[in-house]
Amino acid sequence: MRRRIISLLMENEPGALSRVVGLFSQRGYNIESLTVAPTEDSTLSRLTLTTIGDDHKIEQITKHLNRLVDVVKLVDLTEGAHIERELMLIKVRASGAQRAEIKRCVDIFRGQIVDVTASVYTIQVTGASDKLDAFFQAVGEASIIEVVRTGVSGIGRGEKVLSL
Amino acid sequence: MEKLSGGDMLIRALADEGVETVFGYPGGAALHIYDAIFRQDRVKHILVRHEQAATHAADGYARSTGKTGVVLVTSGPGATNAITGIATAYMDSIPMVVISGQVVSDKIGEDAFQETDMVGISRPIVKHSFLVKDQRDIPSIVKKAFYIASTGRPGPVVIDIPKDVTNPVDKFDYEYPSKIKIRSYTPAAKGHAGQIKKAVQLLMSARRPVIYAGGGVVQGNASSQLTELAQILDFPVTNTLMGLGAYPGTDRQFLGMLGMHGTVEANTAMHHADVILAVGARFDDRVTNTPSKFCPAAKIIHIDIDPASISKTISADVPIVGSVESVLDDMLGLVKGGDERPDAGAIKDWWKQIDQWRDRYSIIRKPNFVAEDMIKPQEVVKVLFEVTNGDAYVCSDVGQHQMFSAQYYLFDKPRRWINSGGLGTMGFGLPAAMGVQMAHRDAQVVCVTGEGSIQMCIQELSTCTQYHLPVKIICINNQALGMVKQWQDMQYGGRHSESLYEESLPDFIKLMEAYGHVGMKVTKRDELKAKLEECFAMKDKTVFMDIYVDPKEHVYPMQVPPPNGSMRDMWLSKTERT
Ligand SMILES: Cc1ncc(C[n+]2csc(CCOP(=O)(O)OP(=O)(O)O)c2C)c(N)n1
Ligand SMILES: [Mg+2]
Repeated sequence: MRRRIISLLMENEPGALSRVVGLFSQRGYNIESLTVAPTEDSTLSRLTLTTIGDDHKIEQITKHLNRLVDVVKLVDLTEGAHIERELMLIKVRASGAQRAEIKRCVDIFRGQIVDVTASVYTIQVTGASDKLDAFFQAVGEASIIEVVRTGVSGIGRGEKVLSL
Repeated sequence: MEKLSGGDMLIRALADEGVETVFGYPGGAALHIYDAIFRQDRVKHILVRHEQAATHAADGYARSTGKTGVVLVTSGPGATNAITGIATAYMDSIPMVVISGQVVSDKIGEDAFQETDMVGISRPIVKHSFLVKDQRDIPSIVKKAFYIASTGRPGPVVIDIPKDVTNPVDKFDYEYPSKIKIRSYTPAAKGHAGQIKKAVQLLMSARRPVIYAGGGVVQGNASSQLTELAQILDFPVTNTLMGLGAYPGTDRQFLGMLGMHGTVEANTAMHHADVILAVGARFDDRVTNTPSKFCPAAKIIHIDIDPASISKTISADVPIVGSVESVLDDMLGLVKGGDERPDAGAIKDWWKQIDQWRDRYSIIRKPNFVAEDMIKPQEVVKVLFEVTNGDAYVCSDVGQHQMFSAQYYLFDKPRRWINSGGLGTMGFGLPAAMGVQMAHRDAQVVCVTGEGSIQMCIQELSTCTQYHLPVKIICINNQALGMVKQWQDMQYGGRHSESLYEESLPDFIKLMEAYGHVGMKVTKRDELKAKLEECFAMKDKTVFMDIYVDPKEHVYPMQVPPPNGSMRDMWLSKTERT
């Protein structure tokens, strides 16, 4: 069982996203995270999802995704060198001595404090999902008030591109 | 350029696509379209009595001709009634285009009268779907829908059209595209040459080969190639339930159907095979039995147009993605071009072994029923085969009668055996037979059914009256939901929970007469053949034969179910096993 990042280009049309998502529920596959947005070509959307499965399951998932008429091209980024990013906004309780400590933690993770009140910091952190998980641990669950994660985006390294 | 309204465009596009027959049922959201139908005569509309029947009829039409079946229904209940038939076509990869009316565009999402999200509700059971937003898109959407439905692995495509888009007032330029390209859809055509070569080498090295051919060979019009290849190599052939007729059923090399109710010789040969050539088949769970015990010694070549079907349940050693017709052509080219042949001695020994299994188990050589007391259901099919010279279109419903038909009616040609294999839809038989009869007006078209299944679409007897469809309905009446009862006998200690009707069956003869048809009741063996002959002599009548058979009969052979059963582990009767 491995975590995979599957990234695809699909027609930027109504119904396309529901076909992709529907496929996962219909066939009992799991979606861990999902991001989708238009690309520089307004007729195309780029969708990136993470899922967990053994090789057989992943092969089935990619074959079935490819079979969808809306899916133009697809890549399993985890098969090669790639860059993975996720953005997290996290609101933590920060008062008194905690403030300095949290600030230090944010610096270590190269995050930013993007909003401040007397008792709350809102922090932005980007990175691979495991880095965000680690930040989570570092600030300590007790002080966390709210967490928003975008889900994973990814792109191949070097010359490799996913385009028409 | 000619200007047409949306409704007129739609019907014109169908005509320009070559559609002759549409099966449908009108309603509010489709009325502009129905008015367009009224004002032309290129496309003929068949008014069914329930939208499910429209889909099954279009399905039967498609299966028997290879053309795409077309359905037209209204929004809401019309659309939802069509769902079972769409799912049936989807499971068996049947090319179909379903046009559904929709509420007017600006009411979508408001829970308007007869609104249902057809694109959403049909999503898991269609190959693709379209919601038409603009009249000007109609020609290209129709073109795309037919292209998608009929190419690659075929399947149903839904076109949902809001009522305003078909209004008769607004008119636009109409031109039907002669070709269409969809950048995200490129169905496989030719197989990989290297893989094909590897496959042929493997076939040449085979000592215990079996060709396992499925519905893809029928759908892909590759029966003649398959037959030629099998005969050059002298390899045994088995067909799936969907593949019957892909290889001639009466030929010496045919082992019968495989799988749950397949023949012992087919299943045993599969189990012992060293090379399996799977063509247009998908290793369905009703074929493989327990996957981990499936054909332990076999190297598997798997040809299929759908990459997702390959190595889905059973992994293939030589996968070949491509149209079965083209791949088999290429294989034939290599085989005929070279002088390498499989080891003749080994193949001869293999046939000797297979013939021993046949001598012992073949239900074709030695039927597995005893002709005494009541008529046996298997007998009905055997006599039907004789009376129709094995040349009828046989449309089946679902249950024991379906399996008996598959076992005992030997199909020599493809597209003659029409049944719901994947979804197993009771109610399929009669409307499918209507669709077949529409396409082949002079052919013998039979619906083999049970007294349970026939009642699921029995309203279609009225459609048969309206369009003079002389379908012959052979009802194998075992006074029970026989297949359910069989499982209850085998696995639930004979507790027949809700599989019996008590005394509630209608008088089918009177019912037939009420519709203007002929009904015949048969209870005695010595009348069976004569009555069937009498039935088929009534060339222009719809005839229903209510044939009372032994209710205690089970379908055998039957595989011992997972997790214990391999392919060859079968029940031969209520008491004997392989
Ligand atoms: C629509 C639908 N509902 C339920 C079933 C489950 N089922 C499979 S076979 C069968 C019994 C069919 O009875 P009948 O048509 O009389 O055929 P027989 O098995 O008696 O030959 C049933 C209920 C089904 N296949 N389809
Ligand atoms: Mg019955």
